Amino acid sequence: MSEAPVLREVSGPSALGGGRQRFFDLLWLMAATEFKRVYFGTLLGYLWSLVRPLMLFGVLLFVFTKALRIGSAEVEHYAVMLLMGIVLYTFFQESTTESVSSVVTQEGVVRKTQFPRLVIPLATVLTCAFNFGLNFLVVFVFLLAFGVDPTWTWLLLPVALLFLATFTVAVSTALSVLYVRFRDIAIIWTVVAQVLFYATPILYPVTAFQDQTIERLLMISPLGVIFEQVRVWVLAEPQAPTAVEAAGGAVYLLPAAAIFVGTCVFAAWIFKREAPRIAEDL
Amino acid sequence: MSRPAQIQVEDLHKSFRIPTHRVDSLKERVVKPLSKPEYRELKALDGISFEVGQGEFFGIVGRNGSGKSTLLKLLASIYRADSGTIRMAGRLAPFIELGVGFNPNLTARENVVLNGVMMGLTPGETRQRLDAIVEFAELGEFTDLKLKNYSSGMLVRLAFSLMMEVDPDIFLIDEVLAVGDAAFQQKCADAFRQMKAEGKTIVLVTHEMSTVEEYCDRAMLISDGKIAEIGDSEDVGRRYLRLNFEGAAGVGRASVEGAGDAPVRMLDAAVVNAAGERASSFEHGEAIRIQIEIEAREDFAALALGHLIVNGDGVNVCQLRAPIGGDPPPPVKAGERLRVETVVENLLGAGHYFVHCGINRLLEGGVALDVAGAADFVVFGGPADRALVSLPQETSTTVLERAAG
Repeated sequence: MSEAPVLREVSGPSALGGGRQRFFDLLWLMAATEFKRVYFGTLLGYLWSLVRPLMLFGVLLFVFTKALRIGSAEVEHYAVMLLMGIVLYTFFQESTTESVSSVVTQEGVVRKTQFPRLVIPLATVLTCAFNFGLNFLVVFVFLLAFGVDPTWTWLLLPVALLFLATFTVAVSTALSVLYVRFRDIAIIWTVVAQVLFYATPILYPVTAFQDQTIERLLMISPLGVIFEQVRVWVLAEPQAPTAVEAAGGAVYLLPAAAIFVGTCVFAAWIFKREAPRIAEDL
Repeated sequence: MSRPAQIQVEDLHKSFRIPTHRVDSLKERVVKPLSKPEYRELKALDGISFEVGQGEFFGIVGRNGSGKSTLLKLLASIYRADSGTIRMAGRLAPFIELGVGFNPNLTARENVVLNGVMMGLTPGETRQRLDAIVEFAELGEFTDLKLKNYSSGMLVRLAFSLMMEVDPDIFLIDEVLAVGDAAFQQKCADAFRQMKAEGKTIVLVTHEMSTVEEYCDRAMLISDGKIAEIGDSEDVGRRYLRLNFEGAAGVGRASVEGAGDAPVRMLDAAVVNAAGERASSFEHGEAIRIQIEIEAREDFAALALGHLIVNGDGVNVCQLRAPIGGDPPPPVKAGERLRVETVVENLLGAGHYFVHCGINRLLEGGVALDVAGAADFVVFGGPADRALVSLPQETSTTVLERAAG
């Protein structure tokens, strides 16, 4: 204790900061604890998280193949495409809607402790990612059960998932910090997420409309591009157009790319700007 | 101060913008995009500079809203300063608003691990210390209970134990000793002494002066976001009490009312210090002068004063009686105005006192004026903290018999 202590400047709370190891430790701990809390606390545990997308899948499959008779004729593996789409979208929807209130829910922690604020929405997304990982295993079981042949393009799947995860993280972070200021974000986002579900080719193949303009419009959404590409890579159906084909040329994917990058930049900017003030605004 | 600095604060400013009309929704923003939200600037801290040395036990005191908690939150990196710098050496454990960052939906075990990591331990280190933490908090059976089912006392114990076991270089503590049962308070007090002995740097924010005087090497008094006094904790304590009670007792001014049709009218009543200024707080031993100004509305053969000093609990502490105008008292004519001053030797214990002013007809008998609570004042310091008065005393000892050998 005889040596003079080394003074470091303390600059207050921030989005990151406080050491990389600590950041990842916290992220992992928070996500794992939350996952355990949700799924080990209830009787059927994890099964519940699977029941929801499966129920939705069952209902939609019935409605669209039996009642409305769309899809099945045109798409070879409609059921698998539907299930995969639902599971992917569930990840996006769950992550974003739960992130909206995540920072506010953790009020007690935010107001009393110093830690990188970004951990909170990231941990929420990570918890949903655990969930997604388990659900996706079920999707693979279905894939094989429905007779989809593995192809080398399955190896490209992680690329699509990486894009989806990045977009999800960006939207989640932005929403979580905006909600601190504007409480109606929660309601607005529920509606937007619902709309996005129908605006993404999940229930229907992009080609369902037989209309180049609509296909082009669908490919404005980064989610649309990602989902379409997943379908192409995983199901490997010859008649399914790639995102580029659906949009009618790589140029028409520029809006989606712009939205994707714009969302990420906006999220980073707003979170970095607001992070130091979260504790005060709560 | 020869100790090297552990915390250095330079010219710290922090203000909060309090919206006069809070825009809580996007809708309001969209509907009225041009109306700039109106803010009231609240300066919580206005140019604070100080240094805390290594191994020092430093107290921060101030009344509610003085900015002391804001300062603590800035030190703990929960708020960001508007300007100024904070420099710190070593790891810091904050203990704010009676707790650390607990999540009520998680179990004690999970919370301890999470908070340990937040305070800079690795997950492994925290798990190793879990048993010690739970044991110190006396919560052995409740490790896997969700915190929302904990009592507030249990929460504080857990938080305090966690903070102790994290073993930081700097402790930031906000109002901790006020809660918990006596046994745990004792444990905390012992822990404080141990921390002090180990040479930890401790910053304690409180409004309890006795805690500061008991533990702190130095202290700082904050008032309206500025440093009002910094230095020896006893000086700061005295200054703090004075500041505190000035607000509590008004400005020693009378509330003259309810005597409208009495035969004697009270014009003014005040407590005055030795310098002749109206005062509201007196240190034990400092003479108290009670002044009243009265006007007779009829002729009196003679008047006598009959003040009563009552303490905050409503106990009559002493009575002051004296003839008015000399002995024997002269007659008082209608319209005559008098100022009567009574100097009281201040043997009173610390507390808040009220003066009930009374004027009696001396020869005919009967009350000419009675104003309850005409003035009030506060006494602080003094040897008898727990007694109403401390009487002058003299003690002598006589040896009655010497022991043989």
